[in-house]
Parts: sequence; structure tokens; C-alpha cells
Amino acid sequence: MPKPSQDRDTYEQLRTEKHWADMRRLGMILVYAILIFYSILTLIPFLWLAAGSIKTNADYFNYIFLPRGDGLFGVAWDRLTLKNFISLFTTLDFGNYIMNSIFLASVTSLLGTFFAALGGFALSKYSFPGRGVITALVLSAIIIPAPLLIAPVYELLYRIGLLNTYAGLILPAMGPAFGIFLFRQAMLNSVPVAMLDAARIDGCGEFRIFFVVVLPIVRPMVGAFMLITFLMTWNNFIGPQVILQSPEKFPLAVAIAQLRGIYTTEYGMISAGTLVSIAPIMVIFLLLQKEFISGLTSGAVKG
Amino acid sequence: MKRRFYPYPRATPYLFLMPFLVVFLVFLIYPLIHSVVLAFEQTFGPEFKTFVFLDNFIHLFKDPLFYIALKNTAIYATASITLQLPLSLGLALLMNRPDVRGRAFFRLIFFSPSLVGAVFVGVMFAIIFQKRTGLLNVILHELIGFNLDFPWLQVYVMPALILAALWMWTGFNMIYFLAALQNVDRDLMDAARIDGAGPIGRFRYVILPAIRPIAGFVVLLSLIGSFQLFELPYLLLNSSAGPDNKGLTIVMYLYQTGFQTGDLGYASAIGWALAIILVVLATIQRRLSRSEEI
Repeated sequence: MPKPSQDRDTYEQLRTEKHWADMRRLGMILVYAILIFYSILTLIPFLWLAAGSIKTNADYFNYIFLPRGDGLFGVAWDRLTLKNFISLFTTLDFGNYIMNSIFLASVTSLLGTFFAALGGFALSKYSFPGRGVITALVLSAIIIPAPLLIAPVYELLYRIGLLNTYAGLILPAMGPAFGIFLFRQAMLNSVPVAMLDAARIDGCGEFRIFFVVVLPIVRPMVGAFMLITFLMTWNNFIGPQVILQSPEKFPLAVAIAQLRGIYTTEYGMISAGTLVSIAPIMVIFLLLQKEFISGLTSGAVKG
Repeated sequence: MKRRFYPYPRATPYLFLMPFLVVFLVFLIYPLIHSVVLAFEQTFGPEFKTFVFLDNFIHLFKDPLFYIALKNTAIYATASITLQLPLSLGLALLMNRPDVRGRAFFRLIFFSPSLVGAVFVGVMFAIIFQKRTGLLNVILHELIGFNLDFPWLQVYVMPALILAALWMWTGFNMIYFLAALQNVDRDLMDAARIDGAGPIGRFRYVILPAIRPIAGFVVLLSLIGSFQLFELPYLLLNSSAGPDNKGLTIVMYLYQTGFQTGDLGYASAIGWALAIILVVLATIQRRLSRSEEI
């Protein structure tokens, strides 16, 4: 009697399938639970910082997040204050520090990217004596650990009178070896030589070719590298800390260290200062996150 | 070489490379050579110096502070490799499941801490690890009755540092692992599943070989980054090395000797010690990842 057993088989099979579907669903719930839990862990420090920046000192000591009260959602909204931010800009010179950071990061990223693209173009699309040597130099420069150069570069800047100047910070960043390498890799295959020759026939100069033909082709790389340089300059601490001496020249990274040193227990003000320092980067990242991530992983995917 | 029909001025490529070459020679090669000279000198600021030849290195070998810095840095690097990277890979594996929705959203959140510079993370976590008012102790106190006065930044400096770094870098490394997981062959995964390979077997024999090149790169990147640690502990400990130098790192020691004590010579010697350590580590890492490939 084959029939009942066949039925039982189908039944068993269905039961296992349902079982597996249940397991899968359980697995997915677990996956989301972990991802959401880790998201909360990641976001809480930001939210806590934001909450801390708009509390009075008394509320800071009494409530983890926002002070409780009778307002909407049980929060005492009327007790929140902008005092911390106001003192950043009045008692301290945060407006100036923000401008310094913006200036340093913009100039460094614009010029650094320009020179990196120009160098990468020369190395990828021209053949000339010394190309191999220069390419090897670029590669070896990437390996040198930055801390090794801090003391001798400081000494050099002292001798040529560039200590305590922005030039002393910006000039050394104008030959970004890693950037030249990235642009060389990007241009090797994506820029057709025929296109360059066509432009030459039409009487286009070499520099104009670079601007009009080459740069538009590698535009994603231009955006990515510019963003990364901006970020690195914005977050650079040891450079300006060592090179700059006058407080009015400080970027945010150095200013926040000073603020923390002077106002050790003014947690509200420290929170506000940190928030002001990281907010511009966060906004830029939210707007341009694709370029950011592609830029950061571009080195890895090829490696 | 292919003949060029449409010539360009011979000087063009040199002109284009000029900015790089000038900066390279002035701000890289010259300082690099000069750092060797400096490492043989004892200086007080950039003006006063005496030639001491190998004394700096002899002193360095016996310098207890350097060994404290080396130990702390090594502990931190070990923690990065053994805690941070597995966590990053785990998250990447979860995110890479084909039926996960909102991947871009999670990626955005996980990645965001690494945008905050180490300086700002240092300040942020300095107040997070604060006694009484700090976020960590308050939350742990509410949840499990943890001691509100637990002295993170007085006694448990390295654990605090490692926690802060975990928050900062896990998502960053996850991005690399996510990119690496794109190299995993879906057909091979299905074949392994049909042949009865469990999740561990699939990970060991399908996923791991596929992500090995990028994983090796991430390990190397983490090692190099960890050994150059400075800002995070420096700001966490309010511009100091912390009680009993518990948060002293190699680069922090370099900074203190060079710019607080003013001995650029000894600082250069420390810099060279660091460079040698990095070369050794990179070589070991390459050997290891190569031997595993067989």
C-alpha cells in the first residue's frame, strides 16, 4: 500500500518546509534585531551629545537625556537653553575657529586634488624619460609613516620661517602621493589616448586638455578625493597643534582640545563645541555619501 | 613604443609633475634624510643641538617610558585586530544577506562615527566615560546597578580607549568587508549549501578564501593605524598620557619628547623605531597571509 506512505512523505516534506520557513523568519528577525541594536549603540553617543549641549548645568547632572517635565512627550522643553552655544561664540572665538577650519580644509582639498589629478595625468597618459622612477617614488612615499616626519618638518618650517603660518600647513599637503597614485590608476584605463589626440588635432593645448577632456572623465574620483582630503584636513590635530601658535589661527580640532583643557567640567559647553565641530562634516557626508564611500573603498577593491 | 603622430611639448609631463616633485623633495625626502641626522642629535628646540651619535637609540632601548608606550600601543593593536575586525566582519555578513532591507540606511549609520575625527571622538568619550554624569556609567547604573563612580579614565584607561575605538572604527572596517563580500561567488555558495555545508563550513571554505585579499589589506591598515594612535587617547585623557602613563602611546611619546620637552632628536629616534616596527609588522603580515594561501 504505497499511497498512505506517499501522503505521509508529502506531509513530512511540507512540515519541514514550514519549519525551514519559520527558521528563516526567526533568523531574519534576529538579524534585524542585531542591526537595529548596533545602530542604537552607534547613534546614542551623538544623541546624548546633542541633548547635553542644550541643557543647563543643573539639568546636565540630573538627567541623562532631556530634562523631564510637563511639556510634550514629558520633556521640560522650556528648560532647554542655547546658552552653551552662545558662550561658544561670545566668550570663546568659535566663529573664527569654524572659518579657519573651513578655510584650511577647502584650500587644501581643492589644491591637493588639483595637483594630484595633474600628476596622475602625467604619469598615466604621457611617456617620458623618468616616468618609471617617479612612479616608484610616488609608491614609496605612500609607505612612509607620517609621525616620522613630524619633527624634521617642524624643524624645516622653523628654518624657512613658515611656523605659525597656514602656508606651513598647506604646502606639505600639495603633493599627495596617495592621490597621484589613485588618479593614475583611474586614468590609465578610463581616458582614451585617441580622445587626447583628437583634442590635439583640434589645436587644444595640453593644460586645456587636462581641464576640458580629462577631468570630466574622472569626475567621480575628483569628488571622492576632494571629500577625503577635506575630511582629513578638518580632523587633523597634530599638524596644526605643532605648527600653529597663535590661538586666533587655530582650527576647530585644536580649539576643542583647548576648550576641554580650560572648561574641564563645563560639560554642556564641551558638548556644544564638539557638536559644532562635527556637524559640518556630518551634513556634507549626508549630502554626498556615495562619493565618500566609493572614494574610501576605491583603493581596497583594486588591492 | 607606439609612435605618436600628434606630439605635445616635451616639457608637458614634467611641468604637470612639478608641484608633486617639489613638495616631495622639500617636505618628504629632505625631512626624511634630516630625521636620520636629527636622530643622532640631542636638541633643545630647533636651535640648540649636540651630536650624540647612537646615544638616542641606546637610551631608547633602556627607556621604561618607551616600553610602556610600546606595550599600550601593542595592546590596542591586538584589540583592534581581535575585537574590532571580527565585529566588523560579523556585521558585514549580516548586512550582506540577500533579503536584508534598508542596507544603505544601516551602512550610513554604522559608518558615521568614523567621519568624526579622533580628536572629537576623544573629547566626546572623555565626557561619556566621566564618573557620575557620563553616559556609560549612568546607563549601566540604570540597567544593572553598575557603580556610578566607576573610574574608567583613572584606572581602566585601555579598556575605555578600546571601547571608544570600537565605536569609531567598526563601521568603517565593515564597509571594506562589505565590498569584499561582493567577491563571494553566489553559485559556489549555493553549491556548498546543496552539498550540505553548514554556515560555518560555507564561511570557512567559500567566504573566507574569497575575501582573504581584502581582509589581509584591512588587517594591515588596522595595524598601521593602531601603531600611529595618538589623538584619541590624548584627548580622552585631557591632553596627557593619563595616570601612570596608562594611555601613553608611541606617537604620543614622540609628541611629548619633541614638542613638550623640546628634544627633536630623541623624537626622531622614536619615529625611526616606529617606522622599523611598522616595516617588521607589515612583513610578518604579508608572510602570514601568503603562507595561508597555499
